Amino acid sequence: MDATVTAVGLGTLLGALARLSMLRVDYRQYPSYPQAYVIHLTLGAIAAFLGAVAIPALLAKDFAAGTFLSLAATQFREVRNIERETLTRIESTELVVRGTAYIEGIARVFEARNYIAMVTATLSTGGFLLADAALNTLPAAVLASACVGAVCIFGLSRAMRGLKVADMATVRPAEIEFDGPTLVVAGNRLMNVGSEAAREKYRTEALAVVIEPKDPNAKATLANTGQRQALAHNAAALLGVKKDVDTPEFTPIVRRNIETGEVNLVLIPAERDMDALLRAVLDTPVLEGAYRRPLAARAARMVD
Amino acid sequence: MEVDIKREIVAVVTVAPDRVVGAVPTFLAADDAERERIASSLAVILRAAVHDLGNGAYVLVKH
Repeated sequence: MDATVTAVGLGTLLGALARLSMLRVDYRQYPSYPQAYVIHLTLGAIAAFLGAVAIPALLAKDFAAGTFLSLAATQFREVRNIERETLTRIESTELVVRGTAYIEGIARVFEARNYIAMVTATLSTGGFLLADAALNTLPAAVLASACVGAVCIFGLSRAMRGLKVADMATVRPAEIEFDGPTLVVAGNRLMNVGSEAAREKYRTEALAVVIEPKDPNAKATLANTGQRQALAHNAAALLGVKKDVDTPEFTPIVRRNIETGEVNLVLIPAERDMDALLRAVLDTPVLEGAYRRPLAARAARMVD
Repeated sequence: MEVDIKREIVAVVTVAPDRVVGAVPTFLAADDAERERIASSLAVILRAAVHDLGNGAYVLVKH
């Protein structure tokens, strides 16, 4: 078989494997159905193929083939749109909504994963061709290609991991108190709960935590309402929530202490386990759209 | 698309009728216990949250 065909085939395979390795039901609970698997695997394989043919095309002096990569980029932006649209449409069916910032973050991740499949395929095809040219033995070339692919899959998916709340804040349990009808956590007045029955449920079944930002960057990031909605969604998704559409007062609430920048989260979980809640909060991803770094500017450092 | 009212007082349940004037449906309760019962029922029916104003009136708000 022609070395180029083998290179492209192997590159495509490794690129598709890269996409497969990132296709898992994670704590975001998404995607979790066969249809989504098929869609993303197919697109990932196409991405890998486009990436794999890039170097052989250049070697054959077929520069027009390069334009196909831009076609691919358009295609993957479409992936982002599809994900955003799907998640936005099902948003009204969620008991605790994800929020637009979280949806945007998830959609971007899906787009980026296709690029990773593409880059993995390009580099492993390149590795194959390079090794083939240098050593001129098929097994060595296959091995080189596989190594490059493995490094890409491992390295790029690691680089994609991003920050978690644990990286920018400490989280500690807090007591729930009532001042008249007002729900108070760690001195912060969160909301007015009118019904005595609802207050009793909060007293006996709710859990509360204080999320204390480590620095002004974290404070600014946690102030973002999208980031806070993501915290509420994650906590409710992982611990369950005692709430239905006709009990809006039991919606998890995440409020900011405007004096300290601390964030208080209260929810009535299905499973009352404080350790699980702490873990859920710490593992919540920091959203790309919410991430702020005021400390990068001099003015913010002056007031720090 | 579902159209829904947001952040609006949809009903008032009170034991002090002389202190509520306005165009919001207002339910009079004989005592605190009845106010609690009416408010809880309305909350479920209207899918609204109950808030205590502290002046004898509970307001039901769509969030």
